[in-house]
Order: sequence, then structure tokens, then C-alpha cells
Amino acid sequence: MELLVIVKRDCKTCQSVAPVLSMLKHTAPTTIYSQDDPSFPETTGGARDDRTLEESWRRSIEIVPTLIRLEDGIEIERIEGWDREAWQRVTGQSGLGPELPAFKPGCGSCSVEPGMPERLALQFGHTHLVSRAIEVGEMEDPMEVAYERGWSDGLPIVPPTDLRITRMLAGTARKPDEIIGLIPPNLAECTIEKVAISAVMAGCRSEYMPVVLAAIEAVLRPEFSMHGLLATLGFAGPVVIVNGPVTKRIGLNSKGNALGQGNRANASIGRALQLLIRNLGGGIPQEVDRSILGNPGKYTFCFAEDEEDPDWVPLNVARGARAGASTVTLFHGDGVQGCVAWHSRTPEEVSRSLAMGLLAVCHPKSCQWSHAVLVLCPDHYEIYRQNGWGRPEIEAALWEALKRPGRDLIQGAQGVLEGIDPSRVDETVDKFNEGGLLVVRAGGKGAGQSAIIGGWPAQRNKDEIKIVSEEVKL
Amino acid sequence: MRNQPYVMRDPTAELTDVLRERLSPSKQLSDAVIGLLSISKERSDEFLDSVERNLVAEGHNVVRFRKPTYTRPAPEPLAQDIVEQCDVVVVGLAD
Repeated sequence: MELLVIVKRDCKTCQSVAPVLSMLKHTAPTTIYSQDDPSFPETTGGARDDRTLEESWRRSIEIVPTLIRLEDGIEIERIEGWDREAWQRVTGQSGLGPELPAFKPGCGSCSVEPGMPERLALQFGHTHLVSRAIEVGEMEDPMEVAYERGWSDGLPIVPPTDLRITRMLAGTARKPDEIIGLIPPNLAECTIEKVAISAVMAGCRSEYMPVVLAAIEAVLRPEFSMHGLLATLGFAGPVVIVNGPVTKRIGLNSKGNALGQGNRANASIGRALQLLIRNLGGGIPQEVDRSILGNPGKYTFCFAEDEEDPDWVPLNVARGARAGASTVTLFHGDGVQGCVAWHSRTPEEVSRSLAMGLLAVCHPKSCQWSHAVLVLCPDHYEIYRQNGWGRPEIEAALWEALKRPGRDLIQGAQGVLEGIDPSRVDETVDKFNEGGLLVVRAGGKGAGQSAIIGGWPAQRNKDEIKIVSEEVKL
Repeated sequence: MRNQPYVMRDPTAELTDVLRERLSPSKQLSDAVIGLLSISKERSDEFLDSVERNLVAEGHNVVRFRKPTYTRPAPEPLAQDIVEQCDVVVVGLAD
């Protein structure tokens, strides 16, 4: 039998057990490590120096003192803190620490202080980052170096240092060298490590990683056509709508200003996706990104659905996910168009009002062309809710209100050449293709102001371009 | 002053940093085979039909190609067909 004890001077319990350690040293092979001062405990003539915390990290020490019994070098049992009965059992000694209370909890190990596990993992562990190392000159500013290398979307990035990347990788159990797909347009191999680098640069916390990974896996599905979305002349970029418990776990905003600035998770998850496409995929504006104007959402566009009303069917469940699942839904979206409707009081009035706003998506005369997301604000939803309307009733009323006579929409009608084929003059025409209008709840209270996110015109190829959902693997 | 070098990891695909030189434009088109590639977007054909009429009227050899859909990159066999048959190519990109 061999005993191993980890202590630190800055721990009252460790100081209390110093006489016990002195006694053990005389009765059994005992090795003591001190995390902060190798001259402690003086009663044992000091301890082995573990100020690097390597031994503590390798043995996953969380509390000091920790007493470990080894047999042939293999750990058999460990006791955290002082517990006379347990210490006597583990050491096979009796009469330990008669002057001490029967039990005294220990202190936190230096190796588990905030930020330390990742630092130690980087120093002593098996995390080997393989991405090319870019050394920043002594007089250079890392953020300026990132700009010069073209890594930025225009805003400053968080420099992707080894420590930050290692911390980010702690947010997923997946191995850094796992390839999750080929990022367009250059079809570059995307490893978890490259995702972590982008997430660092975008400002993510490590707990956002599962959502970032799900968003990337979603856009890589062929039916989402990320290459086409990047290369389009249109405005659109990927919009990430997050549902389920993960939204609360990581603090995504579904309330006031949900589509705006000010929330780290909303801002950085969408940005991580875009930076990956820019840097790894090579999707650069005015190069393969051919957008005429783009939209501000191409910096970042991510928000959560408000699921607080248990009667509301969340978007992901409406699209087939199991209740309670965390998912991302990826939409090819333009910017935000407001629909200010303060005077509507009945569900029918709200529906007709919102439909008028939706008719402007892509072009007021376009039909079955772009899809759209309607972000239903709380004040509008309240009118529906008070009248017993849920998702099915709302969607049906909108669908009905979005029908128009073909004679108003054919090419040339109303003096406008845009429009549908003249052969449809006698038809009643739907604004959207089936499944092309997503209703999502979000926003703060105060006024009837819902939002419309217009879609990418290529969505009219409904068999080729699809809105996709992906489960967030926690 | 830093004690240790400050190192960042490269977020890119780490492709060669040597820029690939583009081919210079053909100076002589008289014997060239000119490919006209439609990306299958609305009105792409209208534009390329007009280009073809003008080129043929000037005595050029024209070959037409079509991507299956503008929403995806050209399939590799199509790209290879163009490379194999043509000296220059005109792409009907936008609508």
C-alpha cells in the first residue's frame, strides 16, 4: 500500500491535518504534494512541489486535502476533506487526529479554479491543435493582424489563441480532428477545431458550441444549398432560429430586441457560422459572394423562439421535432421588414393586416417565389390567444388572407412588368408555396409590431432548396 | 513586451498563399471554340441566344452548355466537357 495526499497551505483543513500527515509518513509510504508551497507542511519536512498543478490535474483533484490509497500504483480509494473514520479505514491506522473534529470539509483545489482546467489540459493533456500557427510580432496588435490576413467580417475578432480554442473545445465531446463536412464555396474540410477557432473569433462561450455545430451541420445539408446562398446576387444569408431548452441554458434572447443587438449568444452564434464560411470556405463578398447589396444579417442572424406559453406549438415541433427537443432551423433570409399594426383588435383583423405586410416579400406582385418568416410579436399573439387561436388557426387565416386574384398580378398589371405568367389571369394565386411561411414567436411587449424576414428567391425551386432543421446534440 | 510569442491559429483552409495566376484573355478568337454556358436561370438563354447569333455571324465556332440548376455548382463532368471542347467560355450569369 502507498498513500498519496494533495494539500495546499492556503487551506485551514490542510493545516489541521498536518500532524496526521506527519504520523502517516512514519507508518506507511506516503507522498505529499503541495499545490502552493512545497515547504508546507513543515511537520513532514515539506512536500513535493506541485505548483505547476500537473499532478493535481492528472489525478483530477477537486478538493484539498485529498487522500488516495494506491496498490501497485493503481488508485483504490480516495477521500476528500478530513473524515477521521474514512481516513482510518483507508490508511489502516487508528487514533488519527484525536484533537480534530470527526469531519471537516476541505477547500477547492487550485487545479479547478475558473479557467484553470483548460489551461492545464493545454499544458499537460492530449489536446494537440493542428491548425497553422500564426506568430504575431512583438510590436503587432493581434486584432490588426487578423484584419490584415482577411479573417474579419469587418468587426474586430477575438484572437484565436491556443488557450481560447482549448476552452471552446471543452464545449463539445467531439474530437478536434473530426471532420463534419466540406464548407462551401471551396469545399474545405471542416474539423471541430476549425469550428472552435471560428467560435472563438466570433465571441462565443464554450457552451454555445453544440448550437454552433448544429447550425453548421444544418447548412451543410445539400437541400439547404449553402453554396448557392453564398453565391447569390440576392440579399439573403443564413438565419438561425433556435428552439428548445438549450435557448435558456445558454441565454439566447427571444424577448425584447430579439432580432437586434445586445445579446452575446444571439450575436456570436450567427457570426461563428458566417466567419467559418468566410475563412474556411473562402466565401468573400465581391468574390464568390456575389450579393448586390447583402443585408446586415450577414454579419450574424440568430434568435430564439419564445416558448413560454405552453399552448403555443413551437416552430421545431410544428416541423416534426419531438416536444422538448432543442433544434436549430436554418432559413435563407433577407433583412427585417416591420409590420406595424396597432389598430387591429380581432384575430381576423390582425391576420389580414400581417398578410398585407407579407405580400411585399420579394416583390408585391411575386407569388410562390420567396418564402418568409413571420416573427409574431407578443401584442399580436395576445389577440390571437385571447380568442383561443393557436398556430393552426393563425396559419390558416394568414394563408387565406394571402390569396389574390391573378388578374392583379400578371405581368403588366397595375403598370408593372414584374408579375406572374399572363396565363394565370383567372386563377386565385397563393403568395407562398406550401410550407414556405414560418410563424415564430419572439419579441417584447408594448405595441403590435411584428417582423417579416423575407426569403431568398431561389426558394421557389422548392424541390431543390429547403428550410432545414437539425437537433442540437447536448 | 511579451515573454512568450503570441500565437494565433489559422482559421482558413490553409490553402497555398501563392495566388493562382489567371490565364490572359485570348487575343485571337478566329480559330477559337467559344462555349456559351447557361446557368439555367430565367432569361439566361435569351442573353446567350443573342450572343450566339452575333458570334456565329462573325464566323466563330460556338458550343452551348447548360448547368442542371443555378442553385448548385456545375457538375464536374460538365466542367470537364467545357475544358475539353472550348478555348474560351461565356457564362450567362444573371437574370
